[in-house]
Amino acid sequence: MFRYIVHRFMIMIPTLLAITLIVFVIIQLPPGDFFETMMNEMESRGSSITPEQLEALRKQYGADKPLWQQYIVWVWGLVQGDLGYSFEFEKPVAQIVGDRMWLSFILSFTTIIFTWIVAFPIGVYSATHQYSWGDHGLTFLGFLGLATPNFLLALVLVHFANVWFGLSVGGLMDDKYIGQPWNWDKIVSILQHLAIPVIVIGTSGTAGMIRRLRANLLDELQKQYVVTGRAKGLPPFKLLVKYPLRMSLNPFISDIGNLLPEVISGAVIVSVVLNLPTTGKMLYNALLSQDMYLAGSFLIFLALLTVIGVLLSDLALAWLDPRIRLQGGAEK
Amino acid sequence: MTPPNDTGGSAKLEHFVSKTPFDPYSIESVTPEQERYYMAGQWRLMWWKLKRHKLAVWSGALLLFMYFTAVICEALVPYDLNSRDSDHILAPPQQVRLFHNGEFVGPYVYGLKVDIEEKRKRRRIYHTDRDKVQKLRFFCRGDAYHWWGLIEGRFHLFCPAKGGTLFLLGTDRLGHDVFSRIVVGARVSLTIGLVGITVSFVLGIVIGGLAGYYGGWVDSIVQRIIEVLRSLPALPMWMALSAALPPKWSPLAIYFGITIILGLLDWTGLARAVRSKLLALREEDFCTAAQLMGARPRRIIGRHLLPSFTSHLIASATLSIPAMILGETALSFLGLGLRKPIVSWGVLLTDAQDINAVALYPWLMIPVIPVIVTVLAFNFLGDGLRDAADPYK
Repeated sequence: MFRYIVHRFMIMIPTLLAITLIVFVIIQLPPGDFFETMMNEMESRGSSITPEQLEALRKQYGADKPLWQQYIVWVWGLVQGDLGYSFEFEKPVAQIVGDRMWLSFILSFTTIIFTWIVAFPIGVYSATHQYSWGDHGLTFLGFLGLATPNFLLALVLVHFANVWFGLSVGGLMDDKYIGQPWNWDKIVSILQHLAIPVIVIGTSGTAGMIRRLRANLLDELQKQYVVTGRAKGLPPFKLLVKYPLRMSLNPFISDIGNLLPEVISGAVIVSVVLNLPTTGKMLYNALLSQDMYLAGSFLIFLALLTVIGVLLSDLALAWLDPRIRLQGGAEK
Repeated sequence: MTPPNDTGGSAKLEHFVSKTPFDPYSIESVTPEQERYYMAGQWRLMWWKLKRHKLAVWSGALLLFMYFTAVICEALVPYDLNSRDSDHILAPPQQVRLFHNGEFVGPYVYGLKVDIEEKRKRRRIYHTDRDKVQKLRFFCRGDAYHWWGLIEGRFHLFCPAKGGTLFLLGTDRLGHDVFSRIVVGARVSLTIGLVGITVSFVLGIVIGGLAGYYGGWVDSIVQRIIEVLRSLPALPMWMALSAALPPKWSPLAIYFGITIILGLLDWTGLARAVRSKLLALREEDFCTAAQLMGARPRRIIGRHLLPSFTSHLIASATLSIPAMILGETALSFLGLGLRKPIVSWGVLLTDAQDINAVALYPWLMIPVIPVIVTVLAFNFLGDGLRDAADPYK
């Protein structure tokens, strides 16, 4: 097990380096840089900035050095926890980001739990009642969830939550709790506000999870040991729960690798639509105003969240399933 | 057959030779129907298998129909893409009726009457005017348009009555007819998936093919790259890349930029499929034979290996088109993808961005219906194709 963990950590390092490289390329992609945008803006407002001042600014932020040096400085900063400097807010990125990362994390985590809770009974039902009306209906619902764009579902749900329950669901908590210390009421308020984003983000992932659980369970149900068990007269429920269900639970853990990027993508767009104070909204604003360092650190954060999530799921899977642990290699 | 003992052993069996010609295959003879099945080629078998998957066939037919309408969309809609009716902004959909006062008059709509409510921010209230019967005209001359931006035409399949209006799905806040724009928007929304999948297909086959054929260190590098790309959340990356597209670009360039962005992150799944198939197939005898005859890798991959699993590739490509269509819709909705004046379903949905639209002008959300239908159809078709891809199973 220990060897497996070490091995798994070792492959994470080049992955992370590659991610930083990709993100850095993206940061550098837009034509011109932030200073030119700033100069244009200043000129349009009437105040001007001399080329010398511009050069001084560039030097101050290291924008005059060759790209590879900038990259090294940036990555070294990241390693030390320095996320860079937001030109728009004129503050270090770490200060702006603060709470948002936690909220993003909570949102993704809750969504995955939600996906599990919903997918599990439906998947088991669909597999044990294959080709029944219930199976067809639920499968179709799953497809519908897959096909509906998240953002529109979010809008519609917000509207109906407003009309039917009188909930106002913009943001992630009631306004009066913003900036307040954590207490029970604040947590309740957050949970209320979390419901809609979690449902919306969860729908697309749930459909995939149901289908995989159903397929796995169907494969298991056709195996000989199940037939043997049934022939020996085991009660159907016991027969289902004791062996095949346990075998088909693997996707719940191993699928986090597929689910997590999906959830995080969904969270980004939903948080833009619902105005949630998570990283998604900030990323969007940063991209719109071409504040690329801010955007870059959000991208890094989101990618990091995914990589660590996948790592944890791999470790959990190795712990649960000796076939993977004993192979020693990473089979993903 | 009678056992020899029965005759008591005294009577000898008569020597007998059948005169009929001997057919050595008599046991293996097949009915013409079976023969047709055994002699059918791979693609024909797949088609037979696909045909049994009713949902997939219907989805395929629906998609064909949609792509066909996308080709001739300008002539199918009553209004031109850019024609605005500033007297009827945010008008609700008009219902097509057949009977007026119990009398058959053919397809017609009631006219719209506008009241402007001064108190509530000059909101327009629309009533149907039951006295104005506006009959639809068919095969008529209406708004001028440029078919595919080239050929000028005025022919429309149907138009509003002279001086009347025909807003089947209402109008948006500039007075554009939503129905016309949805049908014309299909052209961009439907093709963006196809162009995007072409990009990712080429990347996937080339990269996956190299990895699978050469194996060794090429394979492990490609595997690492795929792992990294798969661990990135797609939408934020798409957002970042499309935000990096220069705003000065022409609409067409933006369109191709977006398709390339969509394809750039999507090829990993295909590459994996190609790689694992190739790893299995390159050990086959026909591959060794080709190698011994001196074929170069490019010929072996392209001529001998790829055709043996093209069907699988087509199936998985069909299944990844929906993600691209949804991706384009999401990007355009956020204002990071396609922008006006291009019309796509995602661009149309930007009008439904705020919660007021959902409450007051729900018809602005209608462009989501073709999105859902297309995505579902591609999913069903892809499922059917995947089942049919291996007809020998």
